[in-house]
Amino acid sequence: MNHWIAAPIILPALVAPFIVLAARYHIGIQRVLSVAGVLGLIAVAFGLALQAFDGTITLYQMSDWSAPFGIVLVADRLSTMMVLLTAVLALFVLLYAIGSGWDNRGWHFHALYQFQLMGIMGAFLTGDLFNLFVFFEVLLIASYGLMIHAGGNARLKAGVQYVLFNLIGSTLFLFALGSIYAETGTLNMADLANRVAQIGPEATVGIRVAAVLLLLVFAIKAAVVPLHFWLPSSYAEAPAPVAALFAIMTKVGAYAIIRVYTMIFPPDLAATAGLHGYWLMPAALVSLAIGMTGVLAAKRLDRLVAFSVIGSMGMVMVSIALFTPAGIAAALYYIVHSTLAGAALFLIADLVRTGRGSLTLTPQPVLAGNALTAAMFFVGAIAMAGLPPLSGFLGKLLVLNASYDSPQMVWIWAVVLGSSLISIVGFSRAGSILFWKAHSVTPEEDAEALARPHALSYVAVGGLVTLLIAHTVFAGPVHSYTTTMAAQLFAPQPYISTVVDTPGKLSIPKTGDH
Amino acid sequence: MEFLVASAIGILTAGGIYLTLRLRTFPVILGVSLLTYAVNVFLFASGRLTVGAPPILQDGVSTYTDPLPQALVLTAIVISFGMTAVVVMIGLGAFLGSDDDHVDDQPQTDEDRSEGAS
Repeated sequence: MNHWIAAPIILPALVAPFIVLAARYHIGIQRVLSVAGVLGLIAVAFGLALQAFDGTITLYQMSDWSAPFGIVLVADRLSTMMVLLTAVLALFVLLYAIGSGWDNRGWHFHALYQFQLMGIMGAFLTGDLFNLFVFFEVLLIASYGLMIHAGGNARLKAGVQYVLFNLIGSTLFLFALGSIYAETGTLNMADLANRVAQIGPEATVGIRVAAVLLLLVFAIKAAVVPLHFWLPSSYAEAPAPVAALFAIMTKVGAYAIIRVYTMIFPPDLAATAGLHGYWLMPAALVSLAIGMTGVLAAKRLDRLVAFSVIGSMGMVMVSIALFTPAGIAAALYYIVHSTLAGAALFLIADLVRTGRGSLTLTPQPVLAGNALTAAMFFVGAIAMAGLPPLSGFLGKLLVLNASYDSPQMVWIWAVVLGSSLISIVGFSRAGSILFWKAHSVTPEEDAEALARPHALSYVAVGGLVTLLIAHTVFAGPVHSYTTTMAAQLFAPQPYISTVVDTPGKLSIPKTGDH
Repeated sequence: MEFLVASAIGILTAGGIYLTLRLRTFPVILGVSLLTYAVNVFLFASGRLTVGAPPILQDGVSTYTDPLPQALVLTAIVISFGMTAVVVMIGLGAFLGSDDDHVDDQPQTDEDRSEGAS
């Protein structure tokens, strides 16, 4: 058995307590350990992605118990890509946290950061629904600590909302799991796929309720309107590097929707047919519209970025709600783009705060480090608003192309194109107020000059921007890979048989095995 | 017995939802606790209700109760207990810091907001 699949979970789980216990009072050692841990994660994630590249599905049985009874980790194309994306994002965000000094403004930033990574990696790799719940809780409890890192009243208040909202979400998740277990007697995803397909058409009441509850839970995580209310305050008040890392957390919800609703409740399953088209699609379109309108209406830069994250999640969900291979392939391309662009924009907002002292969108004297920050904002805004030449534009084209044959094509095209226009106006308004109108304001005589952001901060943001550009330049290969990924998702039989048929300890050997 | 368990879950959930909608930290936390109790009983009942049956194999016993929901409930209890402790601490911090225990955003002026952020 290949033990490397467990490494993305085990590694941060070991680094985090080591940081707390051994390097508690030494920020330097903490930084070195944390960066080393993330570099190790990237190496492991890269290896796993390479292994899954040709479509191999690798299975890891915890303690060698076979599938429906033991907990399994599964690495296929989708999960390894998400793991790699998380690890790479984590490195740049961590560099920013170190460069800007955010990690030293409160206690245990690095330990919580590693626990957060452990939860995210686990959520992407697990093949068991209850285990998914546990990893959600791991990533949430670490995120509660990170969210209120460095304290402050506004942050604590936003933290209370965030924690309560997620507590209610977790309760809903447990209700969904309870109903699924009561109906099918299993919580292993592959086993569930088999058993749900066997439920007779007259006995689907319970499982339909469970499918909708589960969709609601994942929609809370993915911040789909009307379940998005937790996001703007908590992301805007969270420390910038934390908000940037949270850019991947909404994608955990999108990932879970893709995984569960292609494998357990596939689009052609009679019991849950129509769930995506009738419910998810309108909600996704409204999220897109509300998110991008929020960009135009925001009075502060951090809120603006938070709303743009809601809008881009709306775009991802529009593409997912099509539930065609082309739609999922476009969604996966857009997920990578939206994670990188959202994280970069949160960090850029913090660059602005460092050089300016406030984030309100009113003309104020020129900020320290104006030229470089403005250039970065320009690139980030182009990417997020989806203007050519960056990947946001290509992603949007893919979504439009995938929805061309859909019966809701008119709605999708109208909302996608209309919201793009609104977000372009919103971003250019923000950019011109922040960077151009500043030249017409004369600073007060006695105003203290604020320091320029640290060079390492620029390196981190520059790294994310470079990744965005690479995501654009290599759009062809990336999109053909996400297409094969979608093909693998829509043919889940190899996944299911790998999980269910691999023998573990105490299983009766089948004829033909040793 | 099914009726008793089902109505208990229903009443706990209804009470939990009512308190959650009160918009003050203390009732909301109580409401969330009630909701987690409801979900614990619900999870427990998802393995069917069996009285006095052992969960693991024994000689001479033909009826068993499902052991898995008990393990799930144990996990859920631990997690919800920890989470409630966290939210009490954060809620207390927010209340002591701003002398206000509203869960929702109060209308604020721009000056407040730019001071509050660091």
